[in-house]
Amino acid sequence: MAAARGLGWAGATALAALLLSPVISLGLAALGGGSELWPHLAAYVLPQAIRDTALLLAGVGLLVIGLGTGTAWLVSAFDFPGRRVLEGALLLPLAMPTYVVAYAYLDLLHPLGPLQGGLRSLLGLPSPRDLPLPDLRSLPGCILLLGFVLYPYVYLPTRALFLMQAGTLLEAARMLGAGPYRSFLRIALPLARPAVALGTGLALMEALNDVGAAEFLGVRTLTVQVYATWVNRSDLPGAAQIALVMLTCVVALVGLERLARGGRGYAGSARRNAAVTRRGLSGWRAGTAVALGTAPVVLGFLLPAGYLAFEAWRRIAGAGWPDTLAVQTRNTILYASLATGVTVLVGLLVAAAPFLLSARAGRALIRAAGLGYAMPGTVLAVGLLGPLALIDSGLFEAGLATVSVGLGTGAALVIAYTLRFLTVTVGASEAGLARIPHTISDAARVLGRGRLATLATVQIPLAWPAVLSGGLLAFVDIAKELPVTLLLRPLNVETLSTYLYGEAARGTYEDGAVAAVLIVSIGLVPVTLLLRIDQNAIWRR
Amino acid sequence: MSPLSRKCAWSGLALSLGLGATAHAAEVNLYTTREPGLIRPLLEAYTAKSGVKVNTVFVEKGLAERVAAEGARSSADILMTVDIGNLIELVDRDLAQPVRSPALEAAVPAPLRDAGGRWFALSMRARVLYADENLSGLTAATYESLADPQWKGQVCLRSGQHPYNTALISAFLVRHGAEKTEAWLRGLKANLARKAAGGDRDVARDIAADLCEVGLGNSYYVGLMRSGRGGPDQQKWGQAIKVVLPTFEDGGTHVNVSGAVVAKAAPNREEAVKFLEYLVSDEAQAVYANADYEYPVKAGAAIDPLLASLGTLTIDRTPLLEIARSRKAASLLVDKVGFDN
Repeated sequence: MAAARGLGWAGATALAALLLSPVISLGLAALGGGSELWPHLAAYVLPQAIRDTALLLAGVGLLVIGLGTGTAWLVSAFDFPGRRVLEGALLLPLAMPTYVVAYAYLDLLHPLGPLQGGLRSLLGLPSPRDLPLPDLRSLPGCILLLGFVLYPYVYLPTRALFLMQAGTLLEAARMLGAGPYRSFLRIALPLARPAVALGTGLALMEALNDVGAAEFLGVRTLTVQVYATWVNRSDLPGAAQIALVMLTCVVALVGLERLARGGRGYAGSARRNAAVTRRGLSGWRAGTAVALGTAPVVLGFLLPAGYLAFEAWRRIAGAGWPDTLAVQTRNTILYASLATGVTVLVGLLVAAAPFLLSARAGRALIRAAGLGYAMPGTVLAVGLLGPLALIDSGLFEAGLATVSVGLGTGAALVIAYTLRFLTVTVGASEAGLARIPHTISDAARVLGRGRLATLATVQIPLAWPAVLSGGLLAFVDIAKELPVTLLLRPLNVETLSTYLYGEAARGTYEDGAVAAVLIVSIGLVPVTLLLRIDQNAIWRR
Repeated sequence: MSPLSRKCAWSGLALSLGLGATAHAAEVNLYTTREPGLIRPLLEAYTAKSGVKVNTVFVEKGLAERVAAEGARSSADILMTVDIGNLIELVDRDLAQPVRSPALEAAVPAPLRDAGGRWFALSMRARVLYADENLSGLTAATYESLADPQWKGQVCLRSGQHPYNTALISAFLVRHGAEKTEAWLRGLKANLARKAAGGDRDVARDIAADLCEVGLGNSYYVGLMRSGRGGPDQQKWGQAIKVVLPTFEDGGTHVNVSGAVVAKAAPNREEAVKFLEYLVSDEAQAVYANADYEYPVKAGAAIDPLLASLGTLTIDRTPLLEIARSRKAASLLVDKVGFDN
């Protein structure tokens, strides 16, 4: 027993060291540079970059909260024709990498593209100059694009929460005479706050770390500036300095949110919750509901995915199936599965750490698990280069390895993916574990089960649906991940996203489109499963 | 599953996990910042000819950091980049080793390689003017003239922080000094028709869409677009522009290079040198020219007809090394004038 706890502490310490290592390594890099960059940044870069980043985050935040909670409420509280289909379809944008959506929309919305072209011919205008429309290559364009792709991060947990916890309370509110708006604003929304906060946090982190879409659309966020400093000026210390300041801000914001939430717990009661009784809609009300619910699906998924499918079809019809895609698909699935397995397992242990070790140490570990998601992918990967090399040289000197086992191997990729997306599975597992009434695990402990045994036999089975949905979300994220893969992969290993990026970079869109469609298709499988699991989770309770 | 196919499956799995990716004889490992699709024809031709397998990994950002971290155990033999700045960075960070090769020295002209053999240019691209095909009066241009108020609201360009533009601005800086470069950048920014964003092909597309009249792009994109390899849409963009080879006042057209170094810890050094020698052979230079629409570095090597039709290239004499050394200053100037904002 004591030995098991000792092992637990040792494991937690090693994990904490690994989680902190990229930050420490970046810190060392930052120290290697002087402070001479900052007057330049303060004078010419930061005012605009901070403003654009803040506006981008505020815009995307409002949009994902509005779209995510609005659609979650729509499909949970109302019944209308097509609701069940819509319930699943609303998740579809999750499968789309943001930079791919940016490419697709620029093609679709360009003056030479089908939409503006069609509009001009309808109006009888010969030149694009006669029809000056706002350019997608702008901050508002970037906000809209990211918002419509990232809202499912809010929709998914919020909908689950509405379905699971809201039933009894909403019933009560309704009996007391509250209308749908009032019960949404006064009951459902405050109740859903942890889920909305979790989802919005993930979506904002994605938006902040996005480089592909922002750079392509000409939005100069802080992250884009980190890249300019590092890549274009070969100034890694300077880039590390900016990245660390950004990371500090993110950590502070997350801390503030937790502080504001206070110690409030959201554990369920052991009693079965009543499911929400949906209010039936018909006539124009049903039509409006369908239209409102469908719009995000169309804009975040159907339009860009349809365009890509069309381009892919043109490519296959013209030149056949690209011959390397089978291997790339296999690599993508292989790495994503392996890394997801590790991420789920580690995530579960981290989420259970407050219970297994001590509350304080466990919470510290959970915070550390969020670091990888809070920094841009390439920055994380660069930060990992040093620690991985250190592991390698340690193994070499100890005579335990003759070839590299860290850098330039699949292991490095799996470690990097795990560190990057750990917070996704930790968050889901935390939520799953928190939903289990304390009385159940307390009962197991009183009846003589050890902590680990209680976790394995009581808590995990109860929290399993949430854990699994975290895993599926992580799988989708890993399958479409780009910057970490680009920097750390082994020789001759191409995944669908690295291939797509290469093709997009040299402008052979049609070849890339087939890969893009495959990435989206691979993402669709877990996205579909996500929905089923959610429902199971509800019926089981 | 038969034992054999099971074995194959396992070794395939191990390979894709990067296990057992140790160096064998008759292999050469190439780390490149260049999109793999562009050099695949070259690699395949080399393997067919020599039997040597070329393993590749495309590392777009952070190539130097990765190789530096891998250190003495790095499996990299050759590091290939698409920009002189990134190439010189490898030398400056002591990640390259000197190479003495009569074949390389004979093929690559002195200004396009290091006297100490630490880097070699392999192909060139010119930064050219894309202009609306209806601008019939426009037959010659200087880079300086793009800041003229006559182009107000008529210029499309990608980000000033993109290495292709930074190298050009850097060349301007070496030639004209900081004050004049800053004034030029301000003038150029004032002439932009839209945000400096997207890629070089977007410049052609925007000209085709009548959003702007002129812009700068790399020469090989013209070949890629006009050849139809990027699809019928891009062919239309390529045909909607005419290309002028601009020069500096009293100078030539700005070119950037793709180039390579032999990695300091190269496990297959000899194979690496042989591969580099192949890349500057007549055969490989022709592949560069035909597959990528790049200018060969080897004097007298054939230029693709599509590229040759753009006009006779007079290369600007600003030394590549100086351009590489000034790129940081150029990048800071881009920030200072808020070029991308």
